[in-house]
Amino acid sequence: MAYSSAVMDHFANPRNVGKIDDADGIGEVGNAKCGDIMKIYLKIDDNKIQDVKFNTFGCGAAIATSSMATELIKGKTVEDALSLTNKAVIEALDGLPPQKIHCSVLAEEAVKAAIVDYYQKNGLEAPEGVKQCTSCCGDCTMH
Amino acid sequence: MNVYADNAATTVVSQTALQAMLPCFTEQYGNPSSVHETGRKAAQALDAARARIAELLRAEAKEIYFTSGGTEADNWAVQIALASGAKKNKRHIVSTAFEHHAILHTLKKAEKNGAEVTLLDVHTDGLARVEEVAAAIREDTALVTVMYANNEIGTLQPIAEIGKLCREKGVPFHTDAVQAMGHVPVDVAAQNIDMLSLTAHKFHGPKGAGLLYCRGGIPVPVFMEGGAQERGKRGGTENVPAIVGMAAALEEACRNMDEDNLRVSRLRDKLIDAVSSIPLSRLNGDRRRRLPGIANFVFEGIEGEGLLLLLDMAGISASSGSACTSGSLDPSHVLLAIGLPHEVAHGSLRLSLSALNTEEEVDYIIKTLPPIVERLRGMSPVWERIKKGA
Ligand SMILES: Cc1ncc(COP(=O)(O)O)c(C=O)c1O
Repeated sequence: MAYSSAVMDHFANPRNVGKIDDADGIGEVGNAKCGDIMKIYLKIDDNKIQDVKFNTFGCGAAIATSSMATELIKGKTVEDALSLTNKAVIEALDGLPPQKIHCSVLAEEAVKAAIVDYYQKNGLEAPEGVKQCTSCCGDCTMH
Repeated sequence: MNVYADNAATTVVSQTALQAMLPCFTEQYGNPSSVHETGRKAAQALDAARARIAELLRAEAKEIYFTSGGTEADNWAVQIALASGAKKNKRHIVSTAFEHHAILHTLKKAEKNGAEVTLLDVHTDGLARVEEVAAAIREDTALVTVMYANNEIGTLQPIAEIGKLCREKGVPFHTDAVQAMGHVPVDVAAQNIDMLSLTAHKFHGPKGAGLLYCRGGIPVPVFMEGGAQERGKRGGTENVPAIVGMAAALEEACRNMDEDNLRVSRLRDKLIDAVSSIPLSRLNGDRRRRLPGIANFVFEGIEGEGLLLLLDMAGISASSGSACTSGSLDPSHVLLAIGLPHEVAHGSLRLSLSALNTEEEVDYIIKTLPPIVERLRGMSPVWERIKKGA
């Protein structure tokens, strides 16, 4: 199995690692039993993702997709961030090995979960059709 | 610095083995079944390799069946036992939960075909218990198969004791000695081993050559239909270069065994002492009863693949039993068998040394590993929770 150089770059030098103490939205998906957990912190102001940080337990692809997902939504409007797809993450990373596709799904779900949390905290209605990670990676649509 | 610490996966071919092999490609390249001089030379090389290996195992040359490696030998051994057993209505097999998949998957298939399998617990220390083997053996037991040493955690099983027990009970005993051969003394006569699998590439021989030892008197059904090779049991032109290389490598490994073991196990212990001092890490399997070269650890809060990638970037080749590296969602069945929870088993690391590793290399691993663990923990939400709970 070989990772693209973009994946290796985001794994070796992940962007936006960390936490935001006064985050406006926090999303956590996956579970340790399956070997991947992603946690994303959002700072939202003026309907824009002003800052984003992540913590991930998982393989190289899990770390790289988390890093890329945070890069793709940073500075975007909440709506744009919400429309992030796992496909966009894969493309930005120049592809993922087939058995690692679920990592990109997890990254998409982590972003969505954080935004849903933001909506809930602010008493806002989440747009229809926003799905959240059901539970374990075994339930991911990609499996 | 480049450090190859994945010798349980495979080893570099030794100069001795390579030099022994080279003439087989260009001079003794004949087909051992041919009548002419070129063929006879190849046949002689093959016979000599068989005789030498038999001697090293304390077996007879006619009890050696060359195969493509350990997997094939394991498959064949189970087939042999089931065929013999079937004649006496014996369909029960005793094995352990942490065998290599070459055994476990073969047993699964046998179960589908009507066999009954008892997989023994290997406890938290990674050791099967002779008493439990004894208790599992039944009237209809056709085979006991227990690996000599585990390939992931390196623990050595009580082979001589199990051999003695099986001999007393009249049950055929097979051992997958793939990891042990050439690294610890093996004696099929003294240890009452009826069948044994080995593969050349784990002791500095080439890939694609191995063998099944099967004690004379046990009927051996044809494994591969074809020509008269391997006494008609496994058709196909022999892989003469690889078999010759295997004999040379095994001879060398056995000759240097005592000296190598002393040095390698000292390096292994140094590694174990240093790595175990990383907080919330631990050595897997009994500390004492293990192969000289293998040490397997878990580090809570991280996943093994990231560890391997970062070690690789630092020039260190190692392996892990995490799900990501096993190609499934579950971490290694070996680590689960010794009772590790899934989430902990994901964070495993196997370092396996050979006689070619140096003290400087081990020091380099000891220096390189802790910051890598720390770095991955630093971005792990699981580690954050563990820290808070602690
Ligand atoms: C314990 C054990 N059995 C069997 C095998 C399979 O050997 P081979 O790769 O030669 O088929 C291996 C090697 O990975 C092993 O470690």
